Amino acid sequence: MTVLSRPETVIEAMTEAMTETMSEADLLEPQLMPSAAVPRRAAGVREDPAWVRGSVIAVTVVFLGGFIVLPLVHVLAQAFAHGIRVYFAALSDPDSLAAIRLTLVVAALSVAANVVFGLAAAWAITKFTFRGKNLLITLIDLPFSVSPVIAGLVFVLLFGLQGYFGPWLAVHDIRIIFALPGIALATIFVTFPFVVRELIPLMQEQGTEEEEAALSLGASGLRTFVRVTLPNVRWALLYGVLLCNARAMGEFGAVSVVSGHIRGETNTMPLQVEALYDGYQSAAAFAVASLLALLALLTLFIKIALEARIAKGRTP
Amino acid sequence: MKISLVGVSKRFGNFTALDHVDLEVRSGELLALLGPSGSGKTTLLRIVAGLDWPDAGEVQFDGEDALARSVGERHVGFVFQHYALFRHLTVFENVAFGLRARPRRHRPGEAEIRRRVAALLDLVQLGWLAERYPTQLSGGQRQRIALARALAIEPRVLLLDEPFGSLDAKVRKDLRRWLRNLHAEIHVTSIFVTHDQEEALEVADRVVVMDKGRIEQAGTPQQVYDHPRTSFVHGFIGEAIVVPVAIEAGEVRFDGAPIGIDPQGHASGPASLFVRPFDMTILPTSCEHALKGVVRRIHGIGPARRVEIALGRDGAHTTVEVVALRNQQWRIGQVVGLRPEQYRLFAE
Repeated sequence: MTVLSRPETVIEAMTEAMTETMSEADLLEPQLMPSAAVPRRAAGVREDPAWVRGSVIAVTVVFLGGFIVLPLVHVLAQAFAHGIRVYFAALSDPDSLAAIRLTLVVAALSVAANVVFGLAAAWAITKFTFRGKNLLITLIDLPFSVSPVIAGLVFVLLFGLQGYFGPWLAVHDIRIIFALPGIALATIFVTFPFVVRELIPLMQEQGTEEEEAALSLGASGLRTFVRVTLPNVRWALLYGVLLCNARAMGEFGAVSVVSGHIRGETNTMPLQVEALYDGYQSAAAFAVASLLALLALLTLFIKIALEARIAKGRTP
Repeated sequence: MKISLVGVSKRFGNFTALDHVDLEVRSGELLALLGPSGSGKTTLLRIVAGLDWPDAGEVQFDGEDALARSVGERHVGFVFQHYALFRHLTVFENVAFGLRARPRRHRPGEAEIRRRVAALLDLVQLGWLAERYPTQLSGGQRQRIALARALAIEPRVLLLDEPFGSLDAKVRKDLRRWLRNLHAEIHVTSIFVTHDQEEALEVADRVVVMDKGRIEQAGTPQQVYDHPRTSFVHGFIGEAIVVPVAIEAGEVRFDGAPIGIDPQGHASGPASLFVRPFDMTILPTSCEHALKGVVRRIHGIGPARRVEIALGRDGAHTTVEVVALRNQQWRIGQVVGLRPEQYRLFAE
């Protein structure tokens, strides 16, 4: 904003802003500063030169186009390279269907778990004071900084055949690793921070006064939570859920370690894409990939809508 | 309802918020807890409400042990400093919250809730805002809605935390008078916390002055103003000129020289002389037994002037500001004597 360093430009920008906000009040009060009196200068003084704007926009567009739009289009193009029939045949392949189903189930499980854990953790951190609170906050961020592969390995170490609980689980015929529970656990681990991270700042900002007010008015703890706390954080919660869902569906590393890659059984969509691609079934691989990309795009659009909703003021 | 507090203490870590506080709140009175920040007044209010619990001591409502009851069971109307209105509910639903939260057996019907909320909104003169959300209200309006919400549960006691603290000066003055009138109308035992002495003196039936977790003095506004019991109260309530003096051989001395006032029965030792700015008379000549000083500055318009006088031999020790009548003429640099007409001495 080099241009704004000229004092007269700043004043001009301010008067312009003032006349803009005044337009509504015009009907009620006599106009203090007729807009015709505001001196107008050539656009060049107020704005960056055209070539600067042009090149900055061009760089952004080229970068976005080359790195995001092009690959996305390519995925779709490859998916439909052998015609629509091949595309749907690839998607309706039993193994692919199983992968889609598994992905949705795992995403649903991790969203549900994270809503519960997220609310509990955010509640504990923002509404109570206790020892080790800062440690807890740091730990919550751990899944962000740890490689997903390690997250997967942790569960193998715990529940794998050679793991701590492995023998006991084997005796009781409970399968965690190379089965749905392991995949869900690994995904929950990786996605854990999303909901909490959205809730903590908001709940911190809101404090505990509204809850105290509800209690003093005779509301029970449950009623206070359902009627006061939950509505106050609902948009942030939904936003966290969305991010968590997107990550849960796309998670590769952690799931790859614990899944065992059994086609039709423990392959999630990302794993299925890899398996198909490795098996030279590129059309099928891209078909599943395109579906995954579509889900991501859908998430993105809901996210934008939510952000607008939150920005509208944190009130209904 | 009568409230009794006996030996109430509360610590937060190393900080003593309340130190053996005893207090009786009479039925139907409007009581102000007045003190600087950190004096424990808000903690005391929260303990009465049941939002905080004392480490020791008793709290009784009409002789019943209130500490055995949770905040929800005490039927207290609490008005928070920042109002704490439910931001996702309309004004109407905010006020109705306490009624809807009742157990089914005691819950009034929908028509009855509507009638009572409407009556409360009329009481605070904001019926026309029923469908608005809290963010659409001004500070003064939020304050009154918070009050209506607290009154909806027909509280046995009304507790207000800095009720006018976050309002601008004009609204504050209006609301003060309004609260005073409202209390006269509904007559529920009320306690409010404030750090503003003017507010406490104007609104309350009785003022409790607190400092460092202790009650310094409790009494009517007139009593605490005219007869402050401690130097803290004298300094905190109303303006005061404070002069460090010494009592020696039955005489009050400043800078070693006797100033011709009675030591009020104090024993020898250092003391502080407290005088209201308008209780000090400026004498034209520097007579033998009086405080001596040099006029440094004269300012102020209207019926009275304020005269800054530097006391002490070098004229540099203590500067006091005395209210003088307009018809008295003083010059800057003039040496004058000062005679306290009314004063209090507090031993150091």
